[in-house]
Amino acid sequence: MSKGETLGEALRRQGITRRGFLKFCAATASMMALPPSMVPAIAAALEKAMRPSVIWLSFQECTGCTESLTRSHSPTVEGLIFDTISLDYHHTLQAASGAAAEAAREAAMEENYGKYILVVDGSIPIANPGYSTIAGISNESMLRDTAKGAAAIVSVGTCAAYGGIPKAKPNPTGAVAVSDIIKDKPIINVPGCPPIPVVITGVLAHFLTFGSIPELDALGRPKAYYGQSIHDRCYRRPFYDKGLFANTFDDEGAKKGWCLYKLGCKGPTTYNACATTKWNEGISFPIEAGHPCLGCSEPGFWDGGGFYKALSMPTEDITEAAVYAVGAGAAAGVALGTINRATKARATKAHEKVTINDLEKVADDD
Amino acid sequence: MPQVTPAMELNVETAGALTRNVQPLLHEIRHALARLLDEGGQTVIDLRSLPLAPGEEQQLLDELGQGEVYARLHALGPTEIIESRYPGVWIVVHFNSSDEVIGKFIEICEVPNLLCSQQQDIQQGLEELQAQLPVVTN
Repeated sequence: MSKGETLGEALRRQGITRRGFLKFCAATASMMALPPSMVPAIAAALEKAMRPSVIWLSFQECTGCTESLTRSHSPTVEGLIFDTISLDYHHTLQAASGAAAEAAREAAMEENYGKYILVVDGSIPIANPGYSTIAGISNESMLRDTAKGAAAIVSVGTCAAYGGIPKAKPNPTGAVAVSDIIKDKPIINVPGCPPIPVVITGVLAHFLTFGSIPELDALGRPKAYYGQSIHDRCYRRPFYDKGLFANTFDDEGAKKGWCLYKLGCKGPTTYNACATTKWNEGISFPIEAGHPCLGCSEPGFWDGGGFYKALSMPTEDITEAAVYAVGAGAAAGVALGTINRATKARATKAHEKVTINDLEKVADDD
Repeated sequence: MPQVTPAMELNVETAGALTRNVQPLLHEIRHALARLLDEGGQTVIDLRSLPLAPGEEQQLLDELGQGEVYARLHALGPTEIIESRYPGVWIVVHFNSSDEVIGKFIEICEVPNLLCSQQQDIQQGLEELQAQLPVVTN
Protein backbone atom coordinates (compact mmCIF):
# COMPACT_ATOMS: atom_id res chain seq x y z
CA MET A 1 0.00 0.00 0.00
CA SER A 2 1.74 3.15 -1.13
CA LYS A 3 1.51 6.57 0.48
CA GLY A 4 -1.71 8.50 -0.01
CA GLU A 5 -3.56 5.42 -1.19
CA THR A 6 -6.72 4.26 0.54
CA LEU A 7 -7.21 0.64 1.58
CA GLY A 8 -9.94 0.19 -1.06
CA GLU A 9 -7.65 1.48 -3.82
CA ALA A 10 -4.78 -0.68 -2.61
CA LEU A 11 -6.89 -3.84 -2.58
CA ARG A 12 -8.26 -3.17 -6.08
CA ARG A 13 -4.73 -2.55 -7.34
CA GLN A 14 -3.76 -5.96 -5.95
CA GLY A 15 -6.62 -7.56 -7.90
CA ILE A 16 -8.86 -8.18 -4.86
CA THR A 17 -12.49 -8.26 -6.00
CA ARG A 18 -15.35 -6.48 -4.29
CA ARG A 19 -16.52 -9.89 -3.14
CA GLY A 20 -13.13 -10.53 -1.53
CA PHE A 21 -13.27 -7.12 0.12
CA LEU A 22 -16.74 -7.83 1.57
CA LYS A 23 -15.46 -11.10 2.97
CA PHE A 24 -12.53 -9.24 4.54
CA CYS A 25 -15.04 -6.80 6.10
CA ALA A 26 -17.21 -9.65 7.48
CA ALA A 27 -14.16 -11.25 9.12
CA THR A 28 -13.03 -7.85 10.42
CA ALA A 29 -16.45 -7.15 11.98
CA SER A 30 -16.33 -10.52 13.70
CA MET A 31 -12.77 -9.78 14.85
CA MET A 32 -13.86 -6.43 16.29
CA ALA A 33 -16.76 -8.15 18.10
CA LEU A 34 -19.20 -5.98 16.17
CA PRO A 35 -22.59 -7.25 14.97
CA PRO A 36 -22.72 -8.49 11.34
CA SER A 37 -25.21 -5.70 10.59
CA MET A 38 -22.24 -3.31 10.84
CA VAL A 39 -20.50 -4.85 7.80
CA PRO A 40 -21.74 -2.23 5.27
CA ALA A 41 -20.55 0.60 7.55
CA ILE A 42 -17.20 -1.11 8.04
CA ALA A 43 -16.88 -1.64 4.27
CA ALA A 44 -17.56 2.05 3.65
CA ALA A 45 -15.03 3.13 6.30
CA LEU A 46 -12.29 0.69 5.33
CA GLU A 47 -12.69 1.63 1.67
CA LYS A 48 -11.50 5.12 2.57
CA ALA A 49 -9.07 4.20 5.37
CA MET A 50 -5.50 5.44 5.07
CA ARG A 51 -2.55 3.38 6.20
CA PRO A 52 -1.59 4.28 9.76
CA SER A 53 1.98 4.17 10.97
CA VAL A 54 2.61 1.93 13.97
CA ILE A 55 5.59 2.10 16.29
CA TRP A 56 5.94 -0.85 18.63
CA LEU A 57 8.10 -0.56 21.76
CA SER A 58 9.04 -3.62 23.82
CA PHE A 59 10.22 -3.03 27.37
CA GLN A 60 10.34 -5.47 30.32
CA GLU A 61 8.52 -8.36 28.66
CA CYS A 62 8.96 -11.95 27.53
CA THR A 63 7.99 -11.45 23.83
CA GLY A 64 4.88 -13.57 24.48
CA CYS A 65 2.65 -10.73 23.26
CA THR A 66 4.51 -10.46 19.95
CA GLU A 67 4.38 -14.25 19.66
CA SER A 68 0.62 -14.05 20.18
CA LEU A 69 0.17 -11.31 17.59
CA THR A 70 2.26 -13.01 14.92
CA ARG A 71 0.03 -16.06 15.29
CA SER A 72 -3.10 -14.01 14.80
CA HIS A 73 -4.95 -15.39 11.80
CA SER A 74 -7.89 -13.08 11.28
CA PRO A 75 -8.01 -11.98 8.53
CA THR A 76 -4.26 -12.60 8.28
CA VAL A 77 -1.75 -10.78 10.35
CA GLU A 78 0.59 -10.57 7.39
CA GLY A 79 -2.15 -8.75 5.52
CA LEU A 80 -2.90 -6.53 8.46
CA ILE A 81 0.71 -5.62 9.11
CA PHE A 82 2.02 -5.31 5.60
CA ASP A 83 -1.02 -4.11 3.69
CA THR A 84 -3.11 -2.26 6.21
CA ILE A 85 -0.76 -0.87 8.82
CA SER A 86 2.80 0.26 8.46
CA LEU A 87 4.84 -1.30 11.23
CA ASP A 88 7.67 1.20 11.14
CA TYR A 89 9.52 0.09 14.23
CA HIS A 90 9.48 -3.18 16.19
CA HIS A 91 12.93 -3.99 17.40
CA THR A 92 12.18 -7.68 17.96
CA LEU A 93 10.89 -8.23 14.42
CA GLN A 94 12.97 -5.80 12.37
CA ALA A 95 16.31 -6.68 10.88
CA ALA A 96 17.98 -3.38 11.75
CA SER A 97 19.31 -2.84 15.25
CA GLY A 98 21.05 -0.26 17.39
CA ALA A 99 21.47 3.18 15.88
CA ALA A 100 19.95 2.18 12.52
CA ALA A 101 16.75 0.96 14.20
CA GLU A 102 16.49 4.07 16.35
CA ALA A 103 16.95 6.21 13.23
CA ALA A 104 13.98 4.36 11.64
CA ARG A 105 11.88 5.08 14.73
CA GLU A 106 12.79 8.74 14.72
CA ALA A 107 12.08 9.03 10.99
CA ALA A 108 8.65 7.40 11.39
CA MET A 109 7.87 9.69 14.32
CA GLU A 110 8.83 12.80 12.41
CA GLU A 111 6.94 11.84 9.26
CA ASN A 112 3.73 10.88 11.06
CA TYR A 113 3.92 13.22 14.06
CA GLY A 114 0.58 13.38 15.87
CA LYS A 115 -0.88 10.54 13.79
CA TYR A 116 0.97 7.31 14.55
CA ILE A 117 -0.23 4.58 16.90
CA LEU A 118 2.21 3.65 19.62
CA VAL A 119 2.00 0.03 20.75
CA VAL A 120 3.85 -0.86 23.94
CA ASP A 121 4.43 -4.26 25.47
CA GLY A 122 6.29 -4.73 28.71
CA SER A 123 6.47 -2.68 31.90
CA ILE A 124 8.84 0.19 32.57
CA PRO A 125 11.45 0.05 35.37
CA ILE A 126 11.69 3.36 37.17
CA ALA A 127 13.59 2.32 40.32
CA ASN A 128 16.75 1.84 38.29
CA PRO A 129 16.50 2.55 34.53
CA GLY A 130 19.56 0.36 34.00
CA TYR A 131 17.42 -2.77 34.36
CA SER A 132 16.11 -2.34 30.80
CA THR A 133 17.56 -0.20 28.03
CA ILE A 134 17.43 -0.23 24.24
CA ALA A 135 20.40 1.13 22.30
CA GLY A 136 21.49 2.75 25.55
CA ILE A 137 18.18 4.58 25.97
CA SER A 138 16.19 3.92 29.13
CA ASN A 139 12.65 2.57 28.70
CA GLU A 140 11.10 5.54 30.47
CA SER A 141 12.94 8.04 28.31
CA MET A 142 12.05 6.20 25.08
CA LEU A 143 8.39 5.95 26.12
CA ARG A 144 8.09 9.63 27.02
CA ASP A 145 9.86 10.65 23.81
CA THR A 146 7.80 8.39 21.51
CA ALA A 147 4.48 9.07 23.23
CA LYS A 148 4.71 12.81 22.48
CA GLY A 149 3.72 12.47 18.82
CA ALA A 150 1.34 9.50 19.17
CA ALA A 151 -2.35 9.77 18.33
CA ALA A 152 -3.08 6.98 20.79
CA ILE A 153 -1.22 4.36 22.78
CA VAL A 154 -2.11 0.67 22.89
CA SER A 155 -0.70 -1.08 25.96
CA VAL A 156 -0.50 -4.68 24.84
CA GLY A 157 -0.27 -7.32 27.55
CA THR A 158 -0.71 -7.12 31.31
CA CYS A 159 2.87 -5.83 31.82
CA ALA A 160 2.29 -2.66 29.76
CA ALA A 161 -1.29 -2.28 30.98
CA TYR A 162 -0.81 -2.86 34.71
CA GLY A 163 2.86 -3.68 35.43
CA GLY A 164 2.47 -7.45 35.04
CA ILE A 165 4.91 -10.08 36.26
CA PRO A 166 7.82 -7.61 36.60
CA LYS A 167 5.67 -5.69 39.10
CA ALA A 168 5.04 -8.80 41.22
CA LYS A 169 6.22 -8.61 44.82
CA PRO A 170 8.81 -7.46 45.64
CA ASN A 171 9.01 -5.59 42.30
CA PRO A 172 12.81 -5.36 42.22
CA THR A 173 12.95 -3.08 39.17
CA GLY A 174 10.24 -0.67 40.30
CA ALA A 175 8.12 -1.71 37.32
CA VAL A 176 5.14 0.46 36.41
CA ALA A 177 2.49 0.50 33.69
CA VAL A 178 2.43 2.86 30.69
CA SER A 179 -0.52 4.71 32.22
CA ASP A 180 1.55 5.43 35.35
CA ILE A 181 3.92 7.52 33.23
CA ILE A 182 1.87 8.91 30.34
CA LYS A 183 -1.11 10.99 31.42
CA ASP A 184 -1.92 13.15 28.41
CA LYS A 185 -2.68 10.61 25.66
CA PRO A 186 -5.57 8.20 25.09
CA ILE A 187 -4.40 4.78 26.28
CA ILE A 188 -6.12 1.53 25.34
CA ASN A 189 -5.23 -1.34 27.64
CA VAL A 190 -5.23 -4.78 26.00
CA PRO A 191 -4.24 -6.94 28.98
CA GLY A 192 -3.70 -10.68 29.03
CA CYS A 193 -0.64 -12.83 29.47
CA PRO A 194 -0.61 -12.83 26.50
CA PRO A 195 -3.74 -11.13 25.11
CA ILE A 196 -5.87 -13.06 22.61
CA PRO A 197 -4.31 -12.38 19.18
CA VAL A 198 -7.52 -11.23 17.52
CA VAL A 199 -8.11 -8.80 20.37
CA ILE A 200 -4.78 -7.10 19.55
CA THR A 201 -5.53 -6.93 15.83
CA GLY A 202 -9.19 -6.09 16.52
CA VAL A 203 -8.18 -2.95 18.42
CA LEU A 204 -5.85 -1.89 15.60
CA ALA A 205 -8.60 -2.65 13.06
CA HIS A 206 -11.05 -0.55 15.07
CA PHE A 207 -8.70 2.41 14.99
CA LEU A 208 -8.17 1.92 11.27
CA THR A 209 -11.89 1.62 10.55
CA PHE A 210 -13.31 4.36 12.71
CA GLY A 211 -10.26 6.54 13.35
CA SER A 212 -11.12 6.57 17.04
CA ILE A 213 -10.48 4.47 20.10
CA PRO A 214 -13.11 1.91 21.13
CA GLU A 215 -15.31 2.32 24.20
CA LEU A 216 -13.30 1.46 27.31
CA ASP A 217 -14.14 0.12 30.78
CA ALA A 218 -12.91 1.55 34.09
CA LEU A 219 -9.58 -0.23 33.68
CA GLY A 220 -9.04 1.19 30.19
CA ARG A 221 -9.98 -2.03 28.35
CA PRO A 222 -12.16 -2.17 25.20
CA LYS A 223 -15.63 -3.20 26.35
CA ALA A 224 -16.21 -5.22 23.20
CA TYR A 225 -13.71 -7.81 24.46
CA TYR A 226 -13.53 -7.21 28.20
CA GLY A 227 -17.16 -6.35 28.87
CA GLN A 228 -18.14 -9.66 30.41
CA SER A 229 -16.53 -11.99 32.91
CA ILE A 230 -15.11 -15.35 31.92
CA HIS A 231 -17.50 -16.86 34.48
CA ASP A 232 -20.62 -15.37 32.89
CA ARG A 233 -19.67 -16.66 29.43
CA CYS A 234 -18.22 -20.00 30.59
CA TYR A 235 -19.83 -23.17 29.27
CA ARG A 236 -19.18 -24.75 32.72
CA ARG A 237 -21.27 -22.06 34.43
CA PRO A 238 -24.36 -24.32 34.74
CA PHE A 239 -22.34 -26.61 37.04
CA TYR A 240 -21.43 -23.69 39.30
CA ASP A 241 -25.11 -22.80 39.52
CA LYS A 242 -25.87 -26.38 40.55
CA GLY A 243 -23.01 -26.51 43.08
CA LEU A 244 -21.14 -29.21 41.15
CA PHE A 245 -17.37 -28.71 41.48
CA ALA A 246 -14.11 -30.50 40.71
CA ASN A 247 -12.18 -30.72 43.99
CA THR A 248 -8.98 -32.14 42.55
CA PHE A 249 -7.60 -32.39 39.03
CA ASP A 250 -8.31 -36.12 38.80
CA ASP A 251 -11.55 -36.66 40.70
CA GLU A 252 -14.93 -37.55 39.28
CA GLY A 253 -15.93 -33.88 39.03
CA ALA A 254 -12.84 -33.05 36.95
CA LYS A 255 -13.54 -35.97 34.63
CA LYS A 256 -17.14 -34.87 34.19
CA GLY A 257 -16.09 -31.32 33.33
CA TRP A 258 -17.62 -29.68 36.41
CA CYS A 259 -16.88 -26.13 37.57
CA LEU A 260 -13.24 -25.37 38.51
CA TYR A 261 -14.07 -22.69 41.10
CA LYS A 262 -12.71 -24.68 44.04
CA LEU A 263 -9.48 -25.37 42.15
CA GLY A 264 -8.83 -21.64 42.10
CA CYS A 265 -10.59 -20.53 38.92
CA LYS A 266 -10.51 -16.71 38.71
CA GLY A 267 -13.25 -16.65 36.05
CA PRO A 268 -15.73 -14.78 38.29
CA THR A 269 -13.38 -11.80 38.72
CA THR A 270 -11.73 -11.87 35.30
CA TYR A 271 -12.93 -9.90 32.29
CA ASN A 272 -11.74 -11.19 28.92
CA ALA A 273 -13.00 -12.79 25.71
CA CYS A 274 -11.41 -16.26 26.17
CA ALA A 275 -14.72 -18.07 26.76
CA THR A 276 -16.21 -16.97 23.42
CA THR A 277 -13.36 -15.95 21.10
CA LYS A 278 -11.17 -18.76 22.47
CA TRP A 279 -7.61 -19.59 21.37
CA ASN A 280 -5.92 -21.41 18.50
CA GLU A 281 -8.42 -20.58 15.78
CA GLY A 282 -11.29 -20.67 18.21
CA ILE A 283 -10.66 -24.28 19.23
CA SER A 284 -10.40 -24.06 23.02
CA PHE A 285 -9.46 -22.00 26.09
CA PRO A 286 -7.82 -22.91 29.44
CA ILE A 287 -11.04 -23.91 31.24
CA GLU A 288 -12.02 -26.10 28.28
CA ALA A 289 -8.63 -27.79 28.68
CA GLY A 290 -9.46 -28.51 32.34
CA HIS A 291 -7.41 -25.75 33.99
CA PRO A 292 -8.76 -22.88 36.09
CA CYS A 293 -8.55 -19.35 34.72
CA LEU A 294 -5.52 -17.53 36.21
CA GLY A 295 -7.10 -14.12 35.83
CA CYS A 296 -4.22 -12.91 33.65
CA SER A 297 -6.07 -9.88 32.28
CA GLU A 298 -6.62 -8.34 35.72
CA PRO A 299 -4.26 -5.98 37.58
CA GLY A 300 -2.22 -7.75 40.25
CA PHE A 301 -3.21 -11.29 39.20
CA TRP A 302 0.30 -12.49 40.06
CA ASP A 303 -0.08 -11.50 43.73
CA GLY A 304 -3.63 -12.79 44.12
CA GLY A 305 -2.65 -15.39 46.70
CA GLY A 306 -2.14 -18.50 44.58
CA PHE A 307 -3.52 -19.73 41.29
CA TYR A 308 -5.04 -22.84 42.91
CA LYS A 309 -6.74 -21.20 45.87
CA ALA A 310 -10.46 -20.61 45.53
CA LEU A 311 -11.42 -16.95 45.29
CA SER A 312 -13.29 -17.20 48.57
CA MET A 313 -10.15 -18.15 50.47
CA PRO A 314 -7.96 -15.57 52.18
CA THR A 315 -4.35 -15.56 51.07
CA GLU A 316 -2.97 -16.75 54.40
CA ASP A 317 -3.06 -20.21 55.91
CA ILE A 318 -6.01 -20.79 58.18
CA THR A 319 -7.24 -24.03 59.68
CA GLU A 320 -8.20 -26.67 57.18
CA ALA A 321 -11.72 -26.93 58.60
CA ALA A 322 -12.30 -23.23 58.08
CA VAL A 323 -11.01 -23.45 54.51
CA TYR A 324 -13.53 -26.12 53.63
CA ALA A 325 -16.26 -24.19 55.38
CA VAL A 326 -15.43 -21.16 53.26
CA GLY A 327 -15.25 -23.18 50.04
CA ALA A 328 -18.65 -24.75 50.65
CA GLY A 329 -20.06 -21.49 51.99
CA ALA A 330 -19.11 -19.56 48.87
CA ALA A 331 -20.77 -22.13 46.67
CA ALA A 332 -23.98 -21.59 48.56
CA GLY A 333 -23.56 -17.84 48.49
CA VAL A 334 -22.64 -17.49 52.15
CA ALA A 335 -20.07 -14.85 53.17
CA LEU A 336 -16.96 -15.38 55.24
CA GLY A 337 -18.98 -15.50 58.43
CA THR A 338 -17.36 -18.61 59.83
CA ILE A 339 -13.90 -17.13 60.11
CA ASN A 340 -13.12 -15.38 63.33
CA ARG A 341 -11.96 -11.80 63.57
CA ALA A 342 -8.34 -12.62 64.36
CA THR A 343 -8.01 -14.86 61.32
CA LYS A 344 -9.46 -12.16 59.11
CA ALA A 345 -7.00 -9.65 60.48
CA ARG A 346 -4.13 -12.04 59.73
CA ALA A 347 -5.48 -12.61 56.23
CA THR A 348 -5.70 -8.86 55.63
CA LYS A 349 -2.15 -8.49 56.82
CA ALA A 350 -1.09 -11.18 54.36
CA HIS A 351 -2.16 -8.87 51.52
CA GLU A 352 0.40 -6.27 52.55
CA LYS A 353 3.27 -5.55 50.21
CA VAL A 354 6.57 -7.29 50.87
CA THR A 355 9.59 -5.06 50.53
CA ILE A 356 13.11 -6.08 49.65
CA ASN A 357 14.03 -5.33 53.29
CA ASP A 358 11.49 -7.89 54.49
CA LEU A 359 13.00 -10.53 52.22
CA GLU A 360 16.50 -9.74 53.40
CA LYS A 361 15.32 -10.00 56.99
CA VAL A 362 13.87 -13.46 56.31
CA ALA A 363 17.13 -14.49 54.67
CA ASP A 364 19.07 -13.24 57.71
CA ASP A 365 16.77 -15.13 60.07
CA ASP A 366 17.40 -18.33 58.12
CA MET B 1 -17.08 -28.86 5.13
CA PRO B 2 -14.07 -29.71 7.35
CA GLN B 3 -15.10 -31.32 10.60
CA VAL B 4 -13.17 -30.11 13.62
CA THR B 5 -13.42 -32.50 16.52
CA PRO B 6 -13.25 -30.55 19.78
CA ALA B 7 -10.32 -32.10 21.59
CA MET B 8 -11.90 -32.10 25.02
CA GLU B 9 -15.09 -33.78 23.91
CA LEU B 10 -13.34 -37.10 24.38
CA ASN B 11 -12.41 -36.36 27.98
CA VAL B 12 -15.36 -34.41 29.24
CA GLU B 13 -18.25 -36.84 29.33
CA THR B 14 -21.12 -34.49 29.90
CA ALA B 15 -19.82 -31.46 28.08
CA GLY B 16 -22.04 -32.13 25.06
CA ALA B 17 -25.06 -30.04 25.93
CA LEU B 18 -23.89 -27.80 28.72
CA THR B 19 -24.81 -24.28 27.70
CA ARG B 20 -28.12 -25.41 26.24
CA ASN B 21 -27.69 -22.64 23.71
CA VAL B 22 -28.50 -24.84 20.71
CA GLN B 23 -32.27 -24.82 21.19
CA PRO B 24 -32.53 -21.04 21.73
CA LEU B 25 -30.36 -20.55 18.63
CA LEU B 26 -32.68 -22.75 16.59
CA HIS B 27 -35.62 -20.70 17.84
CA GLU B 28 -33.79 -17.48 16.89
CA ILE B 29 -33.31 -18.93 13.42
CA ARG B 30 -37.01 -19.88 13.29
CA HIS B 31 -38.04 -16.30 14.16
CA ALA B 32 -35.60 -14.90 11.59
CA LEU B 33 -36.97 -17.23 8.93
CA ALA B 34 -40.54 -16.08 9.67
CA ARG B 35 -39.36 -12.46 9.45
CA LEU B 36 -37.70 -13.16 6.10
CA LEU B 37 -40.98 -14.54 4.78
CA ASP B 38 -43.17 -11.75 6.16
CA GLU B 39 -40.99 -8.66 5.78
CA GLY B 40 -38.03 -9.75 3.68
CA GLY B 41 -35.57 -8.81 6.45
CA GLN B 42 -32.21 -10.60 6.52
CA THR B 43 -30.46 -11.85 9.67
CA VAL B 44 -26.84 -12.78 10.25
CA ILE B 45 -25.67 -14.65 13.37
CA ASP B 46 -21.94 -14.64 14.19
CA LEU B 47 -21.20 -18.01 15.79
CA ARG B 48 -17.98 -16.71 17.34
CA SER B 49 -19.84 -14.32 19.63
CA LEU B 50 -21.73 -17.07 21.47
CA PRO B 51 -20.61 -19.31 24.32
CA LEU B 52 -20.89 -22.89 23.11
CA ALA B 53 -19.63 -26.00 24.89
CA PRO B 54 -17.41 -28.53 23.11
CA GLY B 55 -19.57 -30.30 20.56
CA GLU B 56 -22.45 -27.83 20.65
CA GLU B 57 -21.53 -26.05 17.43
CA GLN B 58 -21.44 -29.39 15.66
CA GLN B 59 -24.77 -30.26 17.25
CA LEU B 60 -26.24 -27.06 15.82
CA LEU B 61 -24.78 -27.74 12.37
CA ASP B 62 -26.10 -31.32 12.50
CA GLU B 63 -29.56 -30.00 13.37
CA LEU B 64 -29.43 -27.64 10.39
CA GLY B 65 -28.20 -30.36 8.05
CA GLN B 66 -27.38 -29.86 4.40
CA GLY B 67 -29.82 -28.86 1.66
CA GLU B 68 -29.65 -28.44 -2.09
CA VAL B 69 -26.88 -25.86 -2.48
CA TYR B 70 -23.17 -26.15 -1.78
CA ALA B 71 -20.96 -23.37 -3.12
CA ARG B 72 -17.26 -22.71 -2.71
CA LEU B 73 -15.83 -19.29 -3.47
CA HIS B 74 -12.22 -18.31 -3.93
CA ALA B 75 -11.81 -14.72 -2.79
CA LEU B 76 -8.99 -13.98 -0.32
CA GLY B 77 -8.99 -17.69 0.53
CA PRO B 78 -11.92 -20.09 0.20
CA THR B 79 -15.44 -19.57 1.56
CA GLU B 80 -18.03 -22.31 1.85
CA ILE B 81 -21.68 -21.37 1.51
CA ILE B 82 -24.09 -24.17 2.28
CA GLU B 83 -27.86 -24.04 2.29
CA SER B 84 -29.19 -26.00 5.24
CA ARG B 85 -32.04 -28.45 5.01
CA TYR B 86 -34.26 -25.44 5.81
CA PRO B 87 -34.41 -23.27 2.67
CA GLY B 88 -33.37 -19.71 3.49
CA VAL B 89 -30.98 -20.78 6.28
CA TRP B 90 -27.36 -20.68 5.08
CA ILE B 91 -24.12 -21.63 6.77
CA VAL B 92 -21.22 -19.42 5.68
CA VAL B 93 -17.66 -20.35 6.66
CA HIS B 94 -14.73 -18.10 5.68
CA PHE B 95 -11.18 -19.43 5.50
CA ASN B 96 -7.98 -17.46 4.95
CA SER B 97 -5.38 -18.42 2.37
CA SER B 98 -3.85 -20.88 4.88
CA ASP B 99 -7.23 -22.67 5.20
CA GLU B 100 -7.74 -21.43 8.76
CA VAL B 101 -11.29 -20.55 9.75
CA ILE B 102 -11.62 -16.75 10.10
CA GLY B 103 -15.37 -16.47 10.47
CA LYS B 104 -18.45 -18.65 10.82
CA PHE B 105 -21.94 -17.26 10.29
CA ILE B 106 -25.51 -18.40 9.92
CA GLU B 107 -27.33 -16.20 7.41
CA ILE B 108 -31.09 -16.17 7.04
CA CYS B 109 -31.83 -14.77 3.59
CA GLU B 110 -32.84 -15.81 0.08
CA VAL B 111 -29.23 -15.90 -1.02
CA PRO B 112 -26.11 -14.68 0.83
CA ASN B 113 -24.89 -11.40 -0.63
CA LEU B 114 -21.42 -12.82 -1.13
CA LEU B 115 -22.78 -15.28 -3.67
CA CYS B 116 -24.17 -12.48 -5.85
CA SER B 117 -21.89 -10.83 -8.40
CA GLN B 118 -21.00 -7.38 -7.11
CA GLN B 119 -21.65 -4.20 -9.12
CA GLN B 120 -18.02 -3.14 -9.04
CA ASP B 121 -16.84 -6.55 -10.24
CA ILE B 122 -19.49 -6.65 -12.99
CA GLN B 123 -18.33 -3.23 -14.19
CA GLN B 124 -14.73 -4.38 -14.30
CA GLY B 125 -15.73 -7.60 -16.08
CA LEU B 126 -17.61 -5.60 -18.70
CA GLU B 127 -14.57 -3.43 -19.34
CA GLU B 128 -12.34 -6.49 -19.70
CA LEU B 129 -14.76 -8.13 -22.14
CA GLN B 130 -15.00 -4.97 -24.18
CA ALA B 131 -11.24 -4.66 -24.34
CA GLN B 132 -10.93 -8.22 -25.55
CA LEU B 133 -13.41 -7.95 -28.43
CA PRO B 134 -12.41 -6.47 -31.78
CA VAL B 135 -13.59 -2.92 -32.26
CA VAL B 136 -16.73 -2.85 -34.42
CA THR B 137 -17.03 0.16 -36.69
CA ASN B 138 -20.13 0.96 -38.71
